[in-house]
Amino acid sequence: MDPNTLALLWAGIIAFSILIYVVLDGYDLGVGILFGTTRDANYRDHMIAAIAPFWDGNETWLIVVGASLFGAFPIVYAVFLSAFYLPVLLLLFGLIFRGVAFEYRHRSEHNRWLWDWGFFLGSLVVAFVQGAAIGAMIRGIPVENGQYSGGPFLWVAPFPIFCGIGLVLGYSLLGASWLVLKSDDDVRAWAYRRIPWLVIGVVVILIIALATALDIRTRIEQNFVGHIWTFIFPVIGALALVGVLVGARKQRDGWPFLMSALFFLMAFLTLAEMFWPYMIPYSITVTNAAAPAQSLEFMFYAGVVVLPVIIIYSAVVYWVFRGKLHRTYS
Amino acid sequence: MDLDVVLLSRLQFALVVTFHIIFPSFTIGIAAWLATIEGMRLATGNPIYRRVFDLWLKIFAVSFGMGVVTGIVMAFQFGTNWSAMAEKMGPIQGPLLAYESFTAFILEATFLGVMLIGRDRVPPLFYWFACCMVALGTMASSFWILCNNSWMQVPLGHQFVDGKLIPADWWAITTGPIVRLRWPHMLLGAFLTTGMSVIATGAWYRLRDVHRAESRVMLHWGLAMVAVLIPIQLFIGHLTGIYVHNYQPAKFAAIEARWKTQQPASEVFLAIPDPAAQRNLLPLEVPYLGSFIASGTWDSRQVGLESFPEQDRPPVIIPFFAFRIMVGMGVIMLAISWFGLFLWWRRSLEVTRWFLWIAFLAFPSGFVAVISGWYTAEVGRQPWIVYGLMRTKDAINPSLTADVALFSLVCYAVVYVTVFSFGAYYIYKLLHEGPSDEAGRPSGATPSRPMAFGTSAGGRRPAE
Repeated sequence: MDPNTLALLWAGIIAFSILIYVVLDGYDLGVGILFGTTRDANYRDHMIAAIAPFWDGNETWLIVVGASLFGAFPIVYAVFLSAFYLPVLLLLFGLIFRGVAFEYRHRSEHNRWLWDWGFFLGSLVVAFVQGAAIGAMIRGIPVENGQYSGGPFLWVAPFPIFCGIGLVLGYSLLGASWLVLKSDDDVRAWAYRRIPWLVIGVVVILIIALATALDIRTRIEQNFVGHIWTFIFPVIGALALVGVLVGARKQRDGWPFLMSALFFLMAFLTLAEMFWPYMIPYSITVTNAAAPAQSLEFMFYAGVVVLPVIIIYSAVVYWVFRGKLHRTYS
Repeated sequence: MDLDVVLLSRLQFALVVTFHIIFPSFTIGIAAWLATIEGMRLATGNPIYRRVFDLWLKIFAVSFGMGVVTGIVMAFQFGTNWSAMAEKMGPIQGPLLAYESFTAFILEATFLGVMLIGRDRVPPLFYWFACCMVALGTMASSFWILCNNSWMQVPLGHQFVDGKLIPADWWAITTGPIVRLRWPHMLLGAFLTTGMSVIATGAWYRLRDVHRAESRVMLHWGLAMVAVLIPIQLFIGHLTGIYVHNYQPAKFAAIEARWKTQQPASEVFLAIPDPAAQRNLLPLEVPYLGSFIASGTWDSRQVGLESFPEQDRPPVIIPFFAFRIMVGMGVIMLAISWFGLFLWWRRSLEVTRWFLWIAFLAFPSGFVAVISGWYTAEVGRQPWIVYGLMRTKDAINPSLTADVALFSLVCYAVVYVTVFSFGAYYIYKLLHEGPSDEAGRPSGATPSRPMAFGTSAGGRRPAE
């Protein structure tokens, strides 16, 4: 196959995996964040039960992204991870503590508060650093001779920090929508009450973030002037948020999750459109980041054989655990 | 304080890899052990095998979880700390590690779930098949890791086009002469690690006079397994030494603490190498034997470290001692397993308490051997990160500063010690409790939560 086609195939696989990751791990990280906002032990147990069968599989997609990136676009892997040295450190610790907390909170009576804090803070930190990294990417990553050339605090600036807060709220919105989908009675009502506030929070933070982004506003504006039709993605995204509110008002349990997932899809497409053809904005493109044809050809079978298996397996798990949790679960 | 960012990153890598390797070397062996005793149970129908199986399945679940968690960190290190290597060597290392991840997930996604919770839902023969597939999967995973590391030890099958690394021959990279030796060496190391742990557990129960039938199964199977495998491992280890001799002469000289070129060469059994003066203090050595071990003739010429330019010489102390510790552990395993078989034959195995104590205390021998073996291989490769192609100091992330590297090193140390302590304590608790009498399906686990399976005594779970 043509090397450029292969590079595009892998870029597509990676983009698809990132999107799946953001929506799926997004809701379980969001539930983890909401977990920290209540003290009710029944609510907490219920929240854990609502994501227990899924969260580990959801995180698998992050590994798929990392492994594919290293294999198909090693330079992107190298630049991205070295640019975000500290956020990656925090991400890994967040994921470790969150995973361990999941298992240990049920084993300890005296130290449960410790694991509960670990679960909440782990989820919060993971969501925040992901948002901050996206914010820093929008501002651009300095690269010299194929290596990151900036400092360790690229992500510590008003715009990335607001992006981090925005993603925390966005994931919480997904989390609340998931809880609505998976629960009855009081937890469902509790989650419904939070949805409008989270939507407002996401919108406000987005506006503040854009207001602080003076240095990159020209780039963003140019982008939209250049491709007028890309207005469509943000517009559909805004409509999706309205859909979340309408769904919450009419108490249609499936709407909020579908609509928030649509919102994330649109945000993702907007960013993809903005970054294209760069993989590291704004210096390394898809074509010049691709590994040699011999590497991509060797990897081809991993993509076409293994990936479908992971998709099928995930689908089966979601099918087996479909529907609402029974009352006895909480 | 002037700290070197390369040194800090190396310490960090050494820390995370040392913690990590404990778990895969354990799980590869346990997976094979589980497939073996499940096969025995199918063949004989003996319920004791089932109880032994259920206990080790719990240990497997916890170790597997820890192995995955600590393994993810390893791959990220390549990008965060060794980004110059990730960028330049990525065309070969990237696909190998991608295959490792994908292989591991195929395993986790399909057969691990069946193994952990599917016992009642599938036919017995299929259950056994799933156990075998999981065992194969852990071995496949280690295969890709060893491909990658062997390529770093002796690069093969690559070429440079316009200064860029291109994989030219994937067959050479994945089935070259080095990986053909080092992968079995690692697999046997993993099997022996598990074997010694199984023996120690059996001895422990026997000493406490609990779980008599199960302890007998563990002692007999463990001793027989180690007794058969250890001579093979010593032989493959010797062949691995020959590849080092032929392809990495500087490493070989460092392992032997051979400062000067000798003909015929003597073999240093023990000494205190003195790098400053380039000599050995208090050497315990045998003339001619060095030549014989390296080449099979009594008078061959063996190069010393003096033959290499100073900037190409590896450190001596760590490879020298780590190698001797590894071999020492092998000798201990040989002695315990063969003497244990002798006692079994004399029908006095279960009453010879001093032997049971030694067998119990030898439980870390496999872990120590694996870790010191890796130290020998990795430190001996220095100053290269990819032998002959890239120096370790050129592989570092150029934007990384010493204070940030020190910060992350301290964080990793704290987090790993915390997480590891809980994991180790939990495995200890499971082992101490021992096999349960009822062979029912333990509750609480799902395919995506292997660690939940470790819940021993009906821990409170919301999903019930």
